[in-house]
Amino acid sequence: MTAADAAAAPRPVGRGLVRRLLRHRLFVTGSVLFGLMLVLALFADLLQVAAPERMHYRFRFEGPSWRFPLGTDNYGRDLWSRLAHGARLSLAIGFAVVVVTGIAGTTIGLLAGYFRRLDEPLMRVMDALMAFPAILLAIAIAAALGPSAVNAVIALSVVYTPRTARIVRSTVLVVREMEYVQAALAFGARHRWIILRHVLPNSLAPLIVQLTFIFAYAVLAESILSFLGVGPPPPTPTWGNMIAEGKDYLREAPLLALFPGLAVMITALGLNILGDGLRDVLDPRLRVQHD
Amino acid sequence: MTGTAPSSAAPLLEVVGLKKHFPITRGVLRRRQVAAVKAVDGVDFTVAEGETLALVGESGCGKTTTGRMVLRLIEPTAGSVRFAGHDLTGLDADALRPHRRDMQIIFQDPYGSLDPRMTVAQLLEEPLVIHGVGDRRQRRARVMELLELVGLPQAHALRYPHEFSGGQRQRLGIARALALRPRLIVCDEPVSALDVSIQAQIINLLEDLQRDFGLAYLFIAHDLGVVKHVADRVAVMYLGRIVETAPKRRLYAAPRHPYTQALLAAVPVPDPFVRKAPIALPGEIPSPAAPPPGCHFHTRCPLAVERCRVEVPALRLLEPGHEVACHLATA
Repeated sequence: MTAADAAAAPRPVGRGLVRRLLRHRLFVTGSVLFGLMLVLALFADLLQVAAPERMHYRFRFEGPSWRFPLGTDNYGRDLWSRLAHGARLSLAIGFAVVVVTGIAGTTIGLLAGYFRRLDEPLMRVMDALMAFPAILLAIAIAAALGPSAVNAVIALSVVYTPRTARIVRSTVLVVREMEYVQAALAFGARHRWIILRHVLPNSLAPLIVQLTFIFAYAVLAESILSFLGVGPPPPTPTWGNMIAEGKDYLREAPLLALFPGLAVMITALGLNILGDGLRDVLDPRLRVQHD
Repeated sequence: MTGTAPSSAAPLLEVVGLKKHFPITRGVLRRRQVAAVKAVDGVDFTVAEGETLALVGESGCGKTTTGRMVLRLIEPTAGSVRFAGHDLTGLDADALRPHRRDMQIIFQDPYGSLDPRMTVAQLLEEPLVIHGVGDRRQRRARVMELLELVGLPQAHALRYPHEFSGGQRQRLGIARALALRPRLIVCDEPVSALDVSIQAQIINLLEDLQRDFGLAYLFIAHDLGVVKHVADRVAVMYLGRIVETAPKRRLYAAPRHPYTQALLAAVPVPDPFVRKAPIALPGEIPSPAAPPPGCHFHTRCPLAVERCRVEVPALRLLEPGHEVACHLATA
């Protein structure tokens, strides 16, 4: 009965939702952290003090100053500007992964959960993909496809789709047994109607929460791919590339790797906290006690 | 099968030999069926136009499964369901759809049966949209009409189900079932999840609607007190079979099957001076996966004789309209 109660409990999305979210401290903290990065990404062109690829040979390894807010790297490129443009690319890749994963995972999860005949074949494939360590699989796919932003998105989407499909399938399994689905069947509703009108809307909450976490993983994983040289290739300012280049000068100029590292951390942390807050509000049955 | 007057035409709903056996499977790679849960094991009954047939029994006796099979929400293993002269068994979803307008269902759980993400207007409009009834304006008008029918303010049309009480939600469920003007409604324990004070209101509403629209009810319940109020005829189920069918008055006054007698003896009487000896049935309901041979009830029956352990009792007509499946029952 608990499953049925829980599935009946979520309130309609929209009404008062924003107010409840804004009252939630975790959600607000996460939004602020993630929001900072988002502003950085969206307004990179305005916030930059120099073109991210422009090399100032006379100012290599400069410390933070008025001219170079975070200093410069080994080629005399402005770190702050590179960080801002890196945010743009990292978040864009993360967002693309969320969209692709969201669509693919939801479709597979809905089909597997609703049409029980498809469950075994679909989910065994998902299990096979999940059996690989996530990062290793992403590296293998990205390496096979060649280093580029699009290929990073493909690689990460393949890795995170099974997880999303699992989450969606498990909610669908609960929702499809609800009596309002039986009622729709009694009216003679077609499966398409039931899936789109009843099952999908009632399975969204855990999906949205999961997607914020996937966003965080994707940003992290993308920096790992770049660091290892299977992401967007080097002159491109991505956080992973910046860390990779900075690691050679860790002793002499630790700030080169520290700033992009912090950026990755703040983004991932912000998204995780934001996701926790969303989960508490949208999907209270998954709440963990914070005190 | 029953003693309905020969003048009346075919019954609205006629169920013959209905069975549902849920397979129990074993094995990982090669699934094989090792046994079956005989949830419903050969049930026959009829419901006439405008009549209420109550289907009563303990939980697990198969009454809900029977109700769902009538609507083909559960696929029967065997048997047939004839509705208004059409055999519904074997029809595919598309062929069945037009008939679905005529038969609807009200659920027990007023919380689970309404989609929490839809407004009242959307909920009540849904069956109309599915069947392509009217245009948008006509459907809206019908929604308002339905709300009025079940005694809810029309201003509530834009609210969500969670804003209503259990009784109000059950009214919404009833309104939705009425949307397509059905002739038969399967009421699956429509009041057992409600407060006693609300139960009476819902029962009265159901009776008013029956009178106004000539509805037939298949009323599934375990509460004999409620059944006594609403039913015209009562069918008692035990472990997947009907053990006794009779007009209400007759069943309450002169039950013939020992199981019915025990059920009735268990109904509390609201009078401290009436001393009633409940008939204690020993043991539990046997598993429907391995029902006892012969009469399903013989393991708990105080009157069981050797014949009951061997021979399945058929429903016998004792009097017009009164059938009993017991070897020992006599008129």
